[in-house]
Amino acid sequence: MTAVAHEEHDAHAGAAGHGGHGHVTNTGLSNEKLAMWAFLGSECLLFGALISTYFLYRGRSQVGPYPDDVFDIPYTSVSSFVLLMSSLTMVLALAAIQRGDERRLRVWLVATALLGASFIAGQVYEFTSFIREGLTLKTNLFGSSFFVLTGFHGVHVTLGIIMLLSLWTLSLRGKLGQEKSEVVEIAGLYWHFVDVVWIVIFTVIYLIPTPSGPGG
Amino acid sequence: MTDTLNPPVVAPAPPTTEPLLLKRPKNPTGVLSWLTTIDHKRIGILYGATSLIFFLLGGLEALLIRVQLAQPNGTIIPAGLYNELFTMHGTTMIFLVVMPLSAAFFNYMVPLQIGARDVAFPRLNAFSYWTFLFGGLFIYSSFLLGGAPNGGWFGYAPNTSVTFNPGHNIDFWIFGLQILGIASTVGAVNFVTTILNLRAPGMTLFRMPIFTWMSLVANFLLLFAMPIITIALFLLMFDRNFGSHFFDPSAGGNALLWQHLFWLFGHPEVYILILPAMGMVSEIIPTFARKPLFGYRVMVISGIAIGFMGWGVWVHHMFATGLGPVAISAFSLSTMFIAVPTGVKIFNWLGTLHGGSLRLTTPMLFAIGFIAMFTIGGLSGVTHAVSPHDRQQTDTYYVVAHFHYVLFGGSLFGIMGALYYWWPKVFGRFLNDKVGKWHFWTWFIGFNMTFGPMHLLGLQGMPRRVYRYDEGMGWDLWNMVSTIGSFVIAVSVLIFISNVVNSARRPVFASADPWDGRSLEWSIPSPTPHYNFAEVPIVHSEDDFWHRKYTEDASGRLVRIEGVEQPPAVVDKLPEHHEDPPGIHLPSPSYFPLVASFGLPVMAYGMVYGRDAGQNYVIAALGGLITLVGLFAWAMEPSVEPEDPEDAAANGHGDGHDGPPALVAATSDGEVVEDDGERIPRELLKGSTEEEGS
Repeated sequence: MTAVAHEEHDAHAGAAGHGGHGHVTNTGLSNEKLAMWAFLGSECLLFGALISTYFLYRGRSQVGPYPDDVFDIPYTSVSSFVLLMSSLTMVLALAAIQRGDERRLRVWLVATALLGASFIAGQVYEFTSFIREGLTLKTNLFGSSFFVLTGFHGVHVTLGIIMLLSLWTLSLRGKLGQEKSEVVEIAGLYWHFVDVVWIVIFTVIYLIPTPSGPGG
Repeated sequence: MTDTLNPPVVAPAPPTTEPLLLKRPKNPTGVLSWLTTIDHKRIGILYGATSLIFFLLGGLEALLIRVQLAQPNGTIIPAGLYNELFTMHGTTMIFLVVMPLSAAFFNYMVPLQIGARDVAFPRLNAFSYWTFLFGGLFIYSSFLLGGAPNGGWFGYAPNTSVTFNPGHNIDFWIFGLQILGIASTVGAVNFVTTILNLRAPGMTLFRMPIFTWMSLVANFLLLFAMPIITIALFLLMFDRNFGSHFFDPSAGGNALLWQHLFWLFGHPEVYILILPAMGMVSEIIPTFARKPLFGYRVMVISGIAIGFMGWGVWVHHMFATGLGPVAISAFSLSTMFIAVPTGVKIFNWLGTLHGGSLRLTTPMLFAIGFIAMFTIGGLSGVTHAVSPHDRQQTDTYYVVAHFHYVLFGGSLFGIMGALYYWWPKVFGRFLNDKVGKWHFWTWFIGFNMTFGPMHLLGLQGMPRRVYRYDEGMGWDLWNMVSTIGSFVIAVSVLIFISNVVNSARRPVFASADPWDGRSLEWSIPSPTPHYNFAEVPIVHSEDDFWHRKYTEDASGRLVRIEGVEQPPAVVDKLPEHHEDPPGIHLPSPSYFPLVASFGLPVMAYGMVYGRDAGQNYVIAALGGLITLVGLFAWAMEPSVEPEDPEDAAANGHGDGHDGPPALVAATSDGEVVEDDGERIPRELLKGSTEEEGS
């Protein structure tokens, strides 16, 4: 009986790579990967709606603090760099499991999670310093749209960290072997997506100069 | 509903003594088997039964509205309750009736039509259903908890902000729709993956049945439209619960932001509601005209075109908001253009009917009724593209007439036809055709009596959403006619219910292929066996099953191929218990989809009442924890149990966290969906030569 289960299991692992049977009647991607792509497509609209809202309200706040009053662009640039570097370690994690190097897989998974966590820590620090300077969700349109957009992204990164740590735990328990490399690849898709979205958000919020003041 | 249809439901459930999060249900029976089912067919039936019950509730709300409006100065319903009724009527009919009824058919029919044994992610599919059910129950619980949503189905902010609507009515609406949105999004991911990846060998995209095609387009629309309303609702939640200013004009907020976000979701939503029904009608008409669908490829392409163009017309819901001539001209044009692919479809249906040997069965009557009524609704829609006219009709009963012709005359006619059409496949027994015709004609007459006059009322200036009107406005006659018509529809629904009950009590059993159908679902027994296809079919052409049955002789006449037997019908028993044929291992039942969705309403109640409790969101966090634990346990549970239950028990692997390593899935957070149900590879299935089950 276990032999049957085993056989099935192996067939699954195989199907992931070559898409199984008959090229014309499926996409050649595994179900899991295709579903992740579909989900990320949906996520684009989620962030798209939030980013549009931020754009609409740029420079429309009637009271301060305004963006120029609170932003510390060098600081946020560094934490953005940290997040982008986590995409590199994610790629290294995938490369490790594809070669069957489970030890390095764990190293890079933890490194990715730590880089992500540093980004989140940076965001928490940034939020608290903004709040100390008098900018909250309730202060003005800038506060509302800034905290909701970046917070929403922060929640995504946090979920990604939980995902990475779950993979790390699985690997520690010997349940994430080379044949499961696609699981890491799919988690990586999500992680890279969250990074790419940050590039857009960072550009929109921090790099494009915002007119200050009401009606500006 | 299901109870009367399907004896397995009423079978007594053995008490489950096992701890919930530990033991996997093994060969469950009775109610438990429905609670833990991950079979796409049972989930389809659950979706259908649940949404038909919501249909009765939404209908009841409509009747109350019509009773109030039957005469001038109606006194039966106070203004506040009236607001709740029209809000809940719209919300119910869209989110709890037409969308899930379409989902019922996606679930049941799409895997059968593409020759698959289940959807790509069976447990995720169960999660969608339970989430939908909890979302619906959550919204409806508001009637008992101080008042139902009352801001219209579109919930325009800032009218729905806490300043103008301080009660919990809107909170229930916000979180209820969020829950339903999760169900729809997850379902869309599942069906897109299923249709693109699980087609039987030879079933290329352009050999897919048209219903499957329209389902694919509708699910892509769901995938991209739902996140937009999710964000709109999020922003509104932040305004209401946490004091942000997104929809607060006094802080510079833009009142039109809500309308843009809502209608950018809302207009694709219209096509989400109609495309599946178009697909259903496109299946029914060729079957009963005994002709292939006229211009199959054009039909597919126009469906895709509608899917794309549906994103570029939302502003026609906002012509009266003063957006300026450029925006209005652009969206007028796009609104006129979208009538083109729709018109193409109508002519193709007519082309299919033309010269066919028509059999006017009940499904066919509903399909023809669909074409006629949808054409009227489509034409009144085009009049809205003429913006001066639209401006005149905005917020009048003309608009109400228009969208009921599209959603009732369109979607619901199509769905009713589909219920009669596929009923024999799902339950192995017919709905009575004679009673069905009574159903159709009362439905048709009642519908036109109710909504036809609303065109006139609207042109005479009667506004929507008013709970009473004065005498002497010239509206009395048509309002009375409309109310009488709504009761004719009610009678029609009673006829339908009696038909369903009788089909359960005095069944007329159906063969596997009662209509001489064209697509793969008719090639397997009725009701469908648990495993769908004993052998995975190999597809050679469009309408493959038809071509297995018929060929043409030298003079081009249709000839039945000798020696092709009807597939055996399983009429003596319903597929309650399923011993799979050797070699077929279907995914096993699971508790965790139910557990994971159960956390969502808990979270929602926590959010609603946390606002009162001094921003104390402990309950909401608890709900989130339940969902998270459910998802973790689910991810650690193998999709397919090893064959021998004792073997599994010996491994001690009922325990969610210590399952065997096989098929362990990836992740755990609420958003990632890649971790579900492995498919059974077809290589393994080829070994199976069993004819049928049990």
